[in-house]
Amino acid sequence: MSEIVFEGVTRRFPLPRGGEFLAIDRIDLRIEEKEFVAIVGPSGCGKTTLMRMAAGLDFPTDGRVLVGGKEVTGPGPERAVVFQQFALLPWKTVRQNIGFGLMCKGTPKAQADAAIAHYVELMGLAGHEDSFPHQLSGGMQQRVAIARAYVMQPAALLMDEPFGALDAQTRIVMQEELVRLARRNPRTVIFITHAVDEAIYLADRVVVMGRKPGRIIETIDIRPLREDGGWEAMPVEEVMDTPSFTHMRSRIWKLLKAREQERPAVPASNPAPVPAK
Amino acid sequence: MARRRDRNFLGPSGTVLGIGEFWALTIAGFVLFFAVWSGVAASGWLPAHLLPSPLAVWDTLVRLWHNPFAGHVYAAHLAASVERFLMGWAIAVGIGIPLGLLMGWYRLLDEIVTPLFDAMRFVAPLAWVPLAALWFGTGIGGPLLIIFVGSFAPCVISAYRGARLVEPRLVEAAQTLGASSRQVITHVLIPGALPSIIAGLRVSAGLGWQSLVGSELIVVGAGLGYLMVQGQGNLNTSVVIAGMVGIGVVGFAIDVLLRAVEQTFKRRWGQG
Repeated sequence: MSEIVFEGVTRRFPLPRGGEFLAIDRIDLRIEEKEFVAIVGPSGCGKTTLMRMAAGLDFPTDGRVLVGGKEVTGPGPERAVVFQQFALLPWKTVRQNIGFGLMCKGTPKAQADAAIAHYVELMGLAGHEDSFPHQLSGGMQQRVAIARAYVMQPAALLMDEPFGALDAQTRIVMQEELVRLARRNPRTVIFITHAVDEAIYLADRVVVMGRKPGRIIETIDIRPLREDGGWEAMPVEEVMDTPSFTHMRSRIWKLLKAREQERPAVPASNPAPVPAK
Repeated sequence: MARRRDRNFLGPSGTVLGIGEFWALTIAGFVLFFAVWSGVAASGWLPAHLLPSPLAVWDTLVRLWHNPFAGHVYAAHLAASVERFLMGWAIAVGIGIPLGLLMGWYRLLDEIVTPLFDAMRFVAPLAWVPLAALWFGTGIGGPLLIIFVGSFAPCVISAYRGARLVEPRLVEAAQTLGASSRQVITHVLIPGALPSIIAGLRVSAGLGWQSLVGSELIVVGAGLGYLMVQGQGNLNTSVVIAGMVGIGVVGFAIDVLLRAVEQTFKRRWGQG
């Protein structure tokens, strides 16, 4: 019921001095129900735009985006978004931030409090319920942002480089937590990242994108690797040292690199637009 | 003033001043000002009825406090002015803040109102006095209009800026969590614009209070401006200056109060 389908999706942005920039060129992609798909690619390949279109924050110039069989016409709580810079409301406490979506939905208070308490516990935020975001570290803020998305029980979870702003150590902890959450509570997930490691470790499938124009280069199924390698039982740093993992990583790197080199020199008159954040 | 203790102050060459030095310099400034005033008044360059000494003004203040002048004691004039100011300011805030927020939210409104606004704002509050007198005579409407005109613009501008400065990402985040337009306005736009709004309230209160005397030129009854005009009519300079002292002190008090509110919000949201 919550599969995400991109059908011939094209997105052009008007340039400030006239003309258009082709950000995404005829992308077809199907993400199955409860499948975790990571999208990797260089900046400017349109991966964030793709996610924003699934969220209903941006719309295709041509083609269609369908979630659960229905065309996306705007944002909605059944498609929760975790933003790169967390986007917590600074004037609300941790509890109020996590409960914001429930409040909008009109969930009864007792029920909302129970749900909030559950995710506070799950995300290791106990004792910080009444803190304001600026009083927390980056890692904790991101946990609040993830809890805020999960508490809505969304059919689809859209994550835009959620760990991009974290230091390496926090990042590893958060990756493990996300894997734990995803196993316990599977959702349809689009996970945008430019970190190849992270994509392979987290995803069922990795979509490799190239730029100018933004398009899919290859889609790789990671599930056989994970099952054969027994990754589930291993800590993240060990997984990343296994030969199958490093082999996959260099394969994806080569894909990304080859595409960069075969592109012709870009005329300076056609600057990449800043993707709408 | 205990809060001042944890702050530092920059001296003339960027050196940090201690709290004691800060107050010493502040007091020194006032002492110098009163010394020069007393000196000039005592020298006899200007007749005493044109430039009374600080002590004479103080005596007048004490006298005005106990004995009615122009119909009322000093406190009653003060209260009349403050009441008039609060009413005019409240109207300006009540219309200006929502208008500014809506201008920040709806592009179309912005484009309709902004040029009109830019054209009007150079007409100083005092320039509205004749019009206010024609429209309202000596009733309460005249002063309210002038105080309104004085404090309206900063209300609109600060709310507008505040709304435009709210990160689009926060609005999007709220929308993806299912917030309606109304919920976005009350939970994202208004709190996000609040620091700017409070800064604007401070400016608008200051400007509104400054328009007070102008507004009271057309009042028959009570108020600091009215007191001063009556003092001028009686060639009583110390009454005029006593009125000015009241305006200064109350204006300063309003500013200190709103600044404290501003600091509280900034601290709470980690923006200070």
